[in-house]
Amino acid sequence: MSGAVSGMSGAVSEKSAAIEVRAVEKRFGNVGIIRDLNLSVAKGERHAVIGPNGAGKSTTFNLISGHIAPTSGEVKLNGDRISGLRPFEINRRGLSRSFQVTNVFARMTVWENVRCAVLWATGHRYAFWKNVDSLPEVRARTAQILDDIHLTHRRDVPAGLLTYAEQRELEIGITIASGATVVMLDEPTAGMSNAETERAVALIRRLTEGKTLVIVEHDMSVVFGLADRISVLVYGHIIASGTPEEIRRDPKVKEAYLGEEAH
Amino acid sequence: MTTATTSTSKVAADSVGGSLRFYGIWLIGIFVLIVLPMIFSSGGSLTSFSLIGIAIVFALSYNILLGQTGLLSFGHAVHYGLGGFAACHMMNAVVSHGWPIPLPFIPLFGGLGGLVFAMIIGWVMTKRAGTVFAMISLGIGELVASSSLILRSVFGGESGITTDRTALPKLLGWSFGPQLQVYYLIAFWLVLSAIAMYALTRTPLGRICNAVRDNPERVQFIGYDPHVVRYIAFCFAGFFAGIAGGLAAINFEIANSAYLGAIQSGLVLFSTFIGGTAYFFGPILGAILVTYLQLGLTNLTTAWQLYFGIIFIGIVMYAPGGIAGLLMMHRPLIRAGTLWTVIPSYLLAIVPTVALACGVILTIETVARFSGGDPINLFGIAFNPTSPVTWIAAAVLVVGGGFVARLTWQRIAEAWDRAATVARDRGYLA
Amino acid sequence: MLELIVISTLNGVLFGMLLFLLSSGLTVIFSMMGVLNFAHASFYMLGAFFGFQLTKWIGFWPALVLAPLLVGAIGMAVERYGLRNTHKHGHVAELLLTFGLAFAIEEIVSMIWGKSPLDYRVPALLDFPAFTIFSTNYPAYKIFMLAVSVIIFVALLIVLKRTRVGLVVQAALTHPHMVGHLGHNVGRVFMAVFGVGSALAALAGVIAGPALVTQSDMAASLGPILFVVIVFGGLGSLPGAFIASLVIGLVQTFAVALDGSLASAFGPLDPSAGPSVLTDVWNVTIAQVAPIVPYLLLVIILIVRPMGLMGTRES
Repeated sequence: MSGAVSGMSGAVSEKSAAIEVRAVEKRFGNVGIIRDLNLSVAKGERHAVIGPNGAGKSTTFNLISGHIAPTSGEVKLNGDRISGLRPFEINRRGLSRSFQVTNVFARMTVWENVRCAVLWATGHRYAFWKNVDSLPEVRARTAQILDDIHLTHRRDVPAGLLTYAEQRELEIGITIASGATVVMLDEPTAGMSNAETERAVALIRRLTEGKTLVIVEHDMSVVFGLADRISVLVYGHIIASGTPEEIRRDPKVKEAYLGEEAH
Repeated sequence: MTTATTSTSKVAADSVGGSLRFYGIWLIGIFVLIVLPMIFSSGGSLTSFSLIGIAIVFALSYNILLGQTGLLSFGHAVHYGLGGFAACHMMNAVVSHGWPIPLPFIPLFGGLGGLVFAMIIGWVMTKRAGTVFAMISLGIGELVASSSLILRSVFGGESGITTDRTALPKLLGWSFGPQLQVYYLIAFWLVLSAIAMYALTRTPLGRICNAVRDNPERVQFIGYDPHVVRYIAFCFAGFFAGIAGGLAAINFEIANSAYLGAIQSGLVLFSTFIGGTAYFFGPILGAILVTYLQLGLTNLTTAWQLYFGIIFIGIVMYAPGGIAGLLMMHRPLIRAGTLWTVIPSYLLAIVPTVALACGVILTIETVARFSGGDPINLFGIAFNPTSPVTWIAAAVLVVGGGFVARLTWQRIAEAWDRAATVARDRGYLA
Repeated sequence: MLELIVISTLNGVLFGMLLFLLSSGLTVIFSMMGVLNFAHASFYMLGAFFGFQLTKWIGFWPALVLAPLLVGAIGMAVERYGLRNTHKHGHVAELLLTFGLAFAIEEIVSMIWGKSPLDYRVPALLDFPAFTIFSTNYPAYKIFMLAVSVIIFVALLIVLKRTRVGLVVQAALTHPHMVGHLGHNVGRVFMAVFGVGSALAALAGVIAGPALVTQSDMAASLGPILFVVIVFGGLGSLPGAFIASLVIGLVQTFAVALDGSLASAFGPLDPSAGPSVLTDVWNVTIAQVAPIVPYLLLVIILIVRPMGLMGTRES
C-alpha cells in the first residue's frame, strides 16, 4: 500500500502524482463526452475508475493514453504534460495501457507478442542490424513475463488461436512487458468466469507491485478488493474520489451508481 | 528457409539439429544454383534461370511490404525500373569515365536507385496503410511510368537506355559476355539478397513490421510509430527491388519504361501472392512458377495472361496462403503421422479436378481461337474451336467435372478435419 | 481563346460528370462494404463493349438499357459468389480479388473483341451538331451524354434523400461500423448496392463508348484516374467524389487543350547546353503533361491533406 493517500480531499500533491488530469474536456462534434474531468493518481497507487455504462471510462483511458486528444484541459504524467502527444510518445515516457476488446498481434505467436512489447524499452527500437533471437536481455525478460502470465506452455501458439481468457492474460502481459511504471488496464476481467477472474486479479496484483495502476472495472468485488482509491465517473464527470470505504459511504455515489448496480 | 516468418520463437539455432537443418537448406539452395547450369546447359535454360533469379529477388523484395508489413502495393515496379535505369546509367558512366568498377558491383547501384526514390516518396506514401496505401502506390506508379516518357534525357523515351555490359572492367577474367557468366552473377546476387532479406525478418525491425501488419493500432502502445516502421520497410523493399532491376538491366543490357509499368507491378504481386506471403520461401516458389509459366505459355496460347488471372483469383478465394500456405498446412499432419489418412481423398480428387481444368482450358481456347480457327491441341488431342463437338466437350468437362470435383473436395475437407483433430489431440496443432 | 475556354469547360464538366457516374458507385460500395472495387473501371469497359455489341444486334436505345442491366447482374454475381466468400480473409483479400478480376476481364475482352479500337458509332438520331459556338460545332451526342449524367445524378440524389434504401446508404456513409446492424437482409443490400454501382459504371461505358475510344485497355487507363478521384475527394465521401470528379475532369481537359510549354512562354533554351532534364521539362507541352496531372494532384493532396478533400476516415 505504498504511496496510498489518506484523507478525503482526493488532492495529491503534484510532485507525487503519477497521473494528473486537469479540467479535461472532450467533445465529438457538439456532444460533450467528457466535461471538466479532474483526476489525480499518486505514484504507486492502485486506482480504480468505476461508473455506469457510457459514463466515459474508456474515453478517459483513451484521453490519458493519447489514443484521442482532449478538446481542452491537460494531462500530466509524472509532472510532464503529455496531452497532445502521440500514443507511442506517451508510452515511451512510461505509461502503458491494455484494451477492453482484446487487441493482440493475432498472427504472431505468444512469444513474439510479448517480445515485441519488450523491444522498445530494451533500447532495440528499429534496429535492423541485430538478430532478434540473440538478444539475451530481451529473451530473459520475455521468458519472465510469459512465466508471470502463465503462458509459457503456449509460447508457440499464434495469439489469434488462444482461448479468450488466455488472450486477456496475454493482453496484460503485453501491457506490462515494457516495464512501464504507470499501467492502465481497461476491464481486464470482462467476460471471464469467476475462477478466471480470481486468477486474473491475483496476476494483476502481483505484476503491478510497486507500480501505479489505473483500472476500469465493472466487477465490484474486483474493484473493492484491489483498489487503494476509487473514482466514480458519471456522464463524463468525476463525482467522487476516495478510498473504497469513503466511496461505499458516499451518498452521491449510492444515488448515482451503487444503489442500482451493486448487488 | 522453411521457418515461418511469423513463428521463429523456437529458434532454429537453439538446437544443434535445427541449426544443421537450417543451414543445410541454404547450402542445398546454393549448391542447386551452382550445378543447375551444368545439368541444363542450353542457352534457353540459362536465359530462363536468369529471369527466374531476377524474379525471385524482386518477389522477395515485394514480400517485405505485403507479407511482412501488410502493405499492398500496386506500384512496386517503380523501384525495380528506377534500379534498372540507375544501373544502366552507372554502367555507361563507368565505361565513359574509365572508373575501375567491375560489373558485379553494378546491381548495388541499382539498389541505391530504388532506395533513393523510396526514401524521397516513401514518407508521404506510408502515412497511411491499407486501401489508401494501395491506391497511392497505384497513383505513384502511374506518375513515374508516365513521367518516364516525358523526361527523355533520363529515361530515353520509348526506346529506353541501352548499355554494354562487356565494356566494363573485367573481374578475374570474366567479361560477362556469355549468358552463363551473367547467370552466375545473378545467382550470386540472388543468394546475397535472399540471405539479407531473410536476416531482415529476424531483426527487431522485422518483428515490429509483423506487428504493424497484424495490428498497427496496438503497436503505438508498445512504443512504436507505425508510420516510421512502414517507411523503413518501404525503403528496404525499394532497395532490393532496385537490385532486381539492376540485374535485369545487366541481363537485357537495356532499361525502358516497361520496367516501371503497371504490368511489371502486377506480375510481382501475382508471383508473391500465388507463392504465399506468410512464409519466406513463398515468393520464391511463386516467382519460379509465374516466370516459368510466363515463358512457357506465351508460346502455347495468346490467352496466357488470362490463365494467370484465373489462377490468381482461385488462390485469393480458396487458398489465401498461396502455395507455401498449402504446403505448410501439411506439416503438423506429417509430424502427427496422420497425413496418410488424407492422401486417398487427394488421389480421388485428381481426376475430376483435372477434367474441370481441361474444360476451362478448352472453353478459353475456344473463345480465343474462334475467329482464327486454329485447332486446339490439348494433350495431343486436336479440337476445332468452331465445331459444336468441342463446345459440348468443354461444357461436359466444366459442368460434369466441376460437379464431381466439388464432391471430392468436400471429401478432402472431411478427411482433413479428421486428420487435423488427431494432430491437435497429439499436440502438433494449436 | 474564349472559344477554347468555353468548349473546354463544357468538355471538362462532361468528363467530370462521367467520372462521377463511376466514382459515386465506387464510393458507396466502399463506404458500405469496405471494399475498394478495383474492377469498377472494368465494369465501365464491359458496359462499352456490351453497348457496342448490342447496338449492332438490336440498336443503340435498347442497348442503353440492356447493357447496364447485364453488367449489373454480373456485378451482383461477383458480390454473391466472389466477395462474400472472400470477406472472411479481410479487405486486402477482397481488393486482390477485384484486382484479379479486373485483370481477367481485360484479357477476356481483348480475347473476344481484340485489342484494337472498335468502330462504336454515335447513333444516327444524335449525330448532328447541337449548336455552334464561335466556329466550333458542338455535337448533340455530347449534350445527350451530359443530360444522361445529370439525370442519373439527380436520380441518385432523390434516392439517397427520399427513400428507405437511400437512408440506409447514407447511414452507412456516415457510420460505416453500423452497417453490420442493418439486420438480416444486409447481404441482399450489399448485393443490390454492388449491382447498382456496376450498372451505373456500365451506363457510363455505354454512353462514353461512342464519344471516347472503345478499346480493351480503356479500363486500365481510366481505373487509376478513378482511384485518384476518390482518394483526392476523400475515401467514402460522396460530395468529395463529386468535387474531385469535376476538378479532375476540368483540369485534365484544359491540360489536353493547352499547347503551351515553358519554351513557348519564355523562349527556347541555349541549344549548346545539350539535352538534360531541364530541356525535357522546358520543352514539354502542357498537353503532353496532361496524363500525369491527376497523379501530381494526388501527391499534392497527400502532402497537404492526407485525408483527401472531404475525407474524415482513416482507412
